[in-house]
Amino acid sequence: MIEKALTGDKRYWTWVFVLLAIIFVAFLFYLRQFREGLGITGLSRDVSWGLYIAQFTFLVGVAASAVMVVLPYYLHNYKAFGKLTILGEFLAIGAVIMCMTFIFVDMGQPFRILNVFLHPTPHSMMFWDTVVLFGYLILNLVISFVAIDSEYKSIPPPRWIRPIIILSIPWAISIHTVTAFLYAGLAARPFWMTAVMAPRFLASAFSSGPALLILLCLVLRKVSSFHVGREPIQKLAVIVTYAMTINVFLILMELFTALYSGIPEHGSHFRYLFWGLEGSNVLVPWMWTSVVFAVIALLFLLNPKTRHNEKTLAFACVILFLSIWIDKGMGMVVTGFIPSPLHHITEYVPTLPEVMITIGIWALGALIVTALYKVAITIRGQLI
Amino acid sequence: MGVDRRKFLKIAGLGAVGLACKPATDLFAKVVLSEHSPLAGKRLAMVIDLRKCRQQDDCTACIDACHQVHNVPTEFDTAKHEVKWIWKDQFDYAFPEQDNPFVHKRFERTPVLMLCNHCDDPPCVKVCPTQATWKRPEDGIVMMDWHRCIGCRYCIAACPYGSRSFNWGDPREGLEEINPDFPTRMRGVVEKCTFCEERVVKGLLPVCVEACPVNAITFGDLDDPRSKVRRLVRRYFTLRRKPELGTHPQIYYIV
Repeated sequence: MIEKALTGDKRYWTWVFVLLAIIFVAFLFYLRQFREGLGITGLSRDVSWGLYIAQFTFLVGVAASAVMVVLPYYLHNYKAFGKLTILGEFLAIGAVIMCMTFIFVDMGQPFRILNVFLHPTPHSMMFWDTVVLFGYLILNLVISFVAIDSEYKSIPPPRWIRPIIILSIPWAISIHTVTAFLYAGLAARPFWMTAVMAPRFLASAFSSGPALLILLCLVLRKVSSFHVGREPIQKLAVIVTYAMTINVFLILMELFTALYSGIPEHGSHFRYLFWGLEGSNVLVPWMWTSVVFAVIALLFLLNPKTRHNEKTLAFACVILFLSIWIDKGMGMVVTGFIPSPLHHITEYVPTLPEVMITIGIWALGALIVTALYKVAITIRGQLI
Repeated sequence: MGVDRRKFLKIAGLGAVGLACKPATDLFAKVVLSEHSPLAGKRLAMVIDLRKCRQQDDCTACIDACHQVHNVPTEFDTAKHEVKWIWKDQFDYAFPEQDNPFVHKRFERTPVLMLCNHCDDPPCVKVCPTQATWKRPEDGIVMMDWHRCIGCRYCIAACPYGSRSFNWGDPREGLEEINPDFPTRMRGVVEKCTFCEERVVKGLLPVCVEACPVNAITFGDLDDPRSKVRRLVRRYFTLRRKPELGTHPQIYYIV
């Protein structure tokens, strides 16, 4: 079955080799980081998490969003998503593997990472995050491979898989909730200490993830004979619209509480993020880009005309994805450290090696998703 | 294998002698500890008298002594990568919640000595996914295992006092002189003050306490009503850093 990923036309192989080349370059940069230490990144005493952890947080959302196709199909028997579920699950597999790789490259002593399992620590949210992420990866691997295998053999999927699929629904919610708990339980970081962190994570995940899925479906239509059809894409667009509206609403709640209460240690982070603090304003242009993109995307999505037109829908999905990538990634993670608990302001800008390693891990994810989609499409193609 | 019968018997014999000696050395160890460890308290704490510290404006005796004894590098490419076990910073950075533009003008230039607070409820211990940092129940010291730490820096995010440092590079490269009695660290692990656990166990005071020329730092067991630290916190009004977070920090400041 998996060998289907090893046959393809010239275009397929060019794409695969471009990705492999990027991964190789990134790997060389990682070897340097491994030898010299994390000092080659832009991280510092005060800003001790940055680009890697930002990508991790964002991608947990992409992984969790598979539930937005699984839930309507399996719980509500919404048949139009039949072709989509496998794409959602394969995307989740790629995203979880990227998450794990980002965590790995962020570790000071990566080869000791199994200490997390050797000394299980239930009072640490990071322990639980590792557990739920591994669990989610296994669930999705089992579910998607059983599904595609039964399609391959033209037999109905075994009955035992259904409870596992049902389990994967709350599990998807759990991975993003626990990821929010990583941040939301720290008394030292008022910026993160908010009860809407987990709901916001879920809302932004359920808009950015399905937006990416829409884009992937449109790409697949261009590069292969695989069409999911118009209806599922339009249904996904509605999901994206609802989730994004809730996300923006929750961001406004956050802003109101922090700024109206006027407690300096809550407000100062938002001031840094949107206006800059004491002349430090590296993130300000990024954040306003995110805001503008969010507003435009939402206008395009709320308007039925632009949502129904696949060209304008694709545009909205691209800028929505970028908007959340900025806000939930660097915006959310880095601002938690600025100002520091001692009210020092140290800014953070990723370095070239850091950016290259990050691009490499994205390429790795793209490679995994490409290979898995290739398998799915080839098997489906043979059936038709 | 280079072990013949003769050699094996020798080693086995030595091992037997060693085992026989164990009870004797155990007894000895116990005697030494009880005799020389008046510091082996239930809740070790520190009182820092900033009035005395203020007199010595540019004094860094405690910092230098601590960093030298514990093999903390002094040279860094950038301040962003500094490792600090004990350091000085302005009053309003140490106590940002004491926001009072008029009263604290007096203190504005007062450097405040800061180090790990050895909290009773340490957030760093709560978040560590490998128990590489833990609180010792016998004396309250927040310990650190540099061999178990995976370098995830979650403890740094959780510490409200900035007391934890990460080795962004190889710390051995920045060391001019190595103290052979204390381990050096490698890149990629977190470290911090351990209340001179290695000295306390021998009945010695932390090195910063000893190094202070004006005796501004007092160290002892807060659970002992007759201890010097207990007398000081009873007699003077003291501040702690961010007590509102519920961490119960164990460094008390007389301002």
